[in-house]
Amino acid sequence: MNGIHDMGGMHGFGSIPREANEPVFHADWERRMFAMTLTAMGRRVFNVDEFRRAIERIPPADYLRSSYYERWLRALTALLIEKGVAGADAVEAACAIAAQGAPADAPGTARAAVERKDDAAAAPRIATGAGDYRLRGDPNFPARFKVGERVRARNLNPEQHTRLPRYARGRHGLIRRDWGVFALPDTHAHGGGANPCHCYSVQFDGRELWGEDHPAGESVLLDLWEPYLEPGGGDDAGSRHSGQTARARPVRAATRVKKGKR
Amino acid sequence: MSDRDHPEHNAPETGPALRVKALEALLVEKGLVDPAALDAIVEQYEYRVGPRLGARVVARAWLDAEFRVRLLNDAVSAIGELGIPSGPEGEHLMVVENTPDAHNLIVCTLCSCYPWPVLGLPPAWYKSFAYRSRAVADPRGVLREFGVELAPDVEIRVWDSSAELRYMVLPMRPDGTENLNEEQLAALVTRDAMIGTGVVRYPAQTARRAAE
Repeated sequence: MNGIHDMGGMHGFGSIPREANEPVFHADWERRMFAMTLTAMGRRVFNVDEFRRAIERIPPADYLRSSYYERWLRALTALLIEKGVAGADAVEAACAIAAQGAPADAPGTARAAVERKDDAAAAPRIATGAGDYRLRGDPNFPARFKVGERVRARNLNPEQHTRLPRYARGRHGLIRRDWGVFALPDTHAHGGGANPCHCYSVQFDGRELWGEDHPAGESVLLDLWEPYLEPGGGDDAGSRHSGQTARARPVRAATRVKKGKR
Repeated sequence: MSDRDHPEHNAPETGPALRVKALEALLVEKGLVDPAALDAIVEQYEYRVGPRLGARVVARAWLDAEFRVRLLNDAVSAIGELGIPSGPEGEHLMVVENTPDAHNLIVCTLCSCYPWPVLGLPPAWYKSFAYRSRAVADPRGVLREFGVELAPDVEIRVWDSSAELRYMVLPMRPDGTENLNEEQLAALVTRDAMIGTGVVRYPAQTARRAAE
């Protein structure tokens, strides 16, 4: 989907807003909504690709004026209704009840006072269903591309969910790593099944993405599913579009790291 | 033009606060969520998981060459050695190493993908439209805004987290830290250095720490 969410390379958003001593959450409703969303994903009410699709479906003007967790809330609500967990009327009725004032022990008021200790080992196990680890090494899904191969990101403009950003479409790059097999978001986000296929780390030279005037020595690495890619063709004579200039050395990820010297 | 994360500190219960309360009541009634379990999830992400974990990983990698190799080859197993479990947004963790020749920067242009198990939840700026739009097309400008000026011949690799891989940067160990122990080294490592918008400095030039 050519949505507002696909922001790579856009201009006009200004400087990056940074907050000193930023808290993890800025309001109690963010805490509760975050935890509910993880729970719903963990219980397979919807998967992470459906959740991303629901966020991207927010009309662009609303997307831009909403805060990050307001977008989550909108997506969560839409998916609960879509999945039949609650009717739209039930959500509105619950809001009306909540507006009349909640009892003192209402959910959302209790919060454990815990000292911050960054001890993840004590964590409850939560699954979002993002990427089944066992699937990654499944030999039943052969890889179409090899590490080091030139590819071109296809010029796809699907109306549905995709994880191929606009800025890379039609551009040439180099396969740097084969990550193994993952569910294809384009179908997984729409009830169309997981359609497992290989996902690759693809390196694009900055000048290939942004033009000849772009500074040398910059590249972007994207993780792209096999259906997003086609053979890049060409040989060294085509290096202008190869995704690798003399300045962009291969990333270490392409080979196993050797022991020894830093 | 700016994101509006987050204007409503402890606002009265209107808008999203009201809707969330209503949703929670509804989902409790449906048996989908348990308020105590929600508390545990919030506690996990608010208090237990955060960039101090990533800093421990970095310090260990600086001190233990064998661990560093394992970390770069299989980050999930390596962080497990330190008692840091994998989890959502970290099942497929990849650590990329800064060197004198190459600097790495992590972004998610499409949404907000971030390595939760080692860095916790992302700061608002990481999710901002400005960072998402600029990091891939103007990484040097972004770095400059964060006070990082790289030599012109240092290559920049921007990792746009478009799939299920999640990235963390292994920053360079600063000079002069040969006598510091693991804990002291970890205290130098900032969250931004593990995203790639910062570098680790010694002595720390500002009081900013990863927990900010």
